[in-house]
Amino acid sequence: MTGTAQPTRLIVTEATRIVIPRHIKLRHDAGRGVWVILAPERVFSPDPIAVEVLQKCDGQRTVGEIADQLATEYQAPRADILTDVVAMLQDLADKGVVKS
Amino acid sequence: MNEIITKEINTSSHAVELQPEPVCARAPVGLLAELTHRCPLQCPYCSNPLELERTNTELSTAEWQDVMRQAADLGILQIHLSGGEPTARKDLEQIVETAAKAGLYQNLITAGVLLTKERLQKLADLGLDHVQLSIQDVDPENADRIAAYKGGSAKKREVARWVKDLGLPLTINAPMHRQNIHSMKAIIDYSVEVGAGRLEVAHIQYYAWALKNRAALMPTLEDFQRTAEIVEEAKERLKGILVIDFVVPDYYAKYPKPCMGGWGRGVMNVTPSGRVLPCHAAESLPGFTFDNVRDRKLADIWLNGDAFQKYRGTSWMKEPCQSCPRKEKDYGGCRCQAFALTGDAANTDPACSLSPMHQDWAKVAALESHTRPPEFVYRRMGKGGTTPHMSEG
Repeated sequence: MTGTAQPTRLIVTEATRIVIPRHIKLRHDAGRGVWVILAPERVFSPDPIAVEVLQKCDGQRTVGEIADQLATEYQAPRADILTDVVAMLQDLADKGVVKS
Repeated sequence: MNEIITKEINTSSHAVELQPEPVCARAPVGLLAELTHRCPLQCPYCSNPLELERTNTELSTAEWQDVMRQAADLGILQIHLSGGEPTARKDLEQIVETAAKAGLYQNLITAGVLLTKERLQKLADLGLDHVQLSIQDVDPENADRIAAYKGGSAKKREVARWVKDLGLPLTINAPMHRQNIHSMKAIIDYSVEVGAGRLEVAHIQYYAWALKNRAALMPTLEDFQRTAEIVEEAKERLKGILVIDFVVPDYYAKYPKPCMGGWGRGVMNVTPSGRVLPCHAAESLPGFTFDNVRDRKLADIWLNGDAFQKYRGTSWMKEPCQSCPRKEKDYGGCRCQAFALTGDAANTDPACSLSPMHQDWAKVAALESHTRPPEFVYRRMGKGGTTPHMSEG
């Protein structure tokens, strides 16, 4: 496998631009009335906060910009929101659900 | 060491794995579609039944397409296209296209050896979401011996590269047993090297062909424990790079696995000829008539079919399961294993340390794993015969 860089773990920071890869599907399941994330041999059940964050992950906005937006929308301290969002996205990155 | 669980659920997470409804599910999450029992490989631990279904009994293209549409209507989210070898079906493209249109997430479970890059490209274009590629070992000679297929190992490496070139996610599936257990570390390295995002290293479960070959496949407790340590270390080291799902051999477990996540609870299986089963080994159980998609709608079978009702929930349980606080965690383990080894499918799976048969059963593993392994009985049509019973151990 010459020429292939060793894969590394994505460490999510304020500056990371997160995308949902093509093979991961965030979808509202009408029958069950819940949101689901379809992934290889996994189905995750995201909570409303995760859904809102994931819908903002367009590869353009940074994690910091997403936190700015949520802080405005929810009139909550930005620092707290940023900590939560980074932790959530790190967890999802480690599960292979999001990448940068 | 007994509590190594395949899929941990982190409750502090914002996205935990979707759990089916407790007791009686409204809708299954996944469907295992065994498109055919034909396979060029002859792995002696094949999970297909000993009585393999013949080509002339297989569902037609239109029938499989109808299964896909019905599955989506029923609420199924993921389809596992399996076999045998699913790519042995020439109409796989049409089935994938229909399933994609129905909105199903599609996972191709393949040995890879029949694929061409063009065909894989076509499947990806039609909506295939993920490829799970099996390997028998990283040592080509040993791998080809286990599968009884010359050149398979080299071809699989090529297929892995195509999967990555096409931008599809890749899982490597390496069934583990006595004759490849020494490669545990190398299999993890291989998975990273070929760009897999996920590795499934499942110790063989001893049903069907694997039960027939148990003495040739059973690892020693010490070897198993070593693999558990290797996996634990690798999980930490490869966090964010490779997700590793590790399945322990029942014979060295303290509690049984919640087989299929509970009978008739989250998963259903359709055989090549259209029989609908609560698990892929269910046909080994006596006293059932299995409904067929040719006669009855999938939703009706799921909700009302005799086979699905039989061990759904917990009311069928005997002791020690019935009063056990774990009964909705592991659902008494595997019905097929309980039947194969105790003669009654409603008994506690002997994998459970609370089963009165557990001690004797564990001794079988100790004995067989320390005895010189017999020759493999390779998986072939008409070679099934009978399975060894516990008393032989």
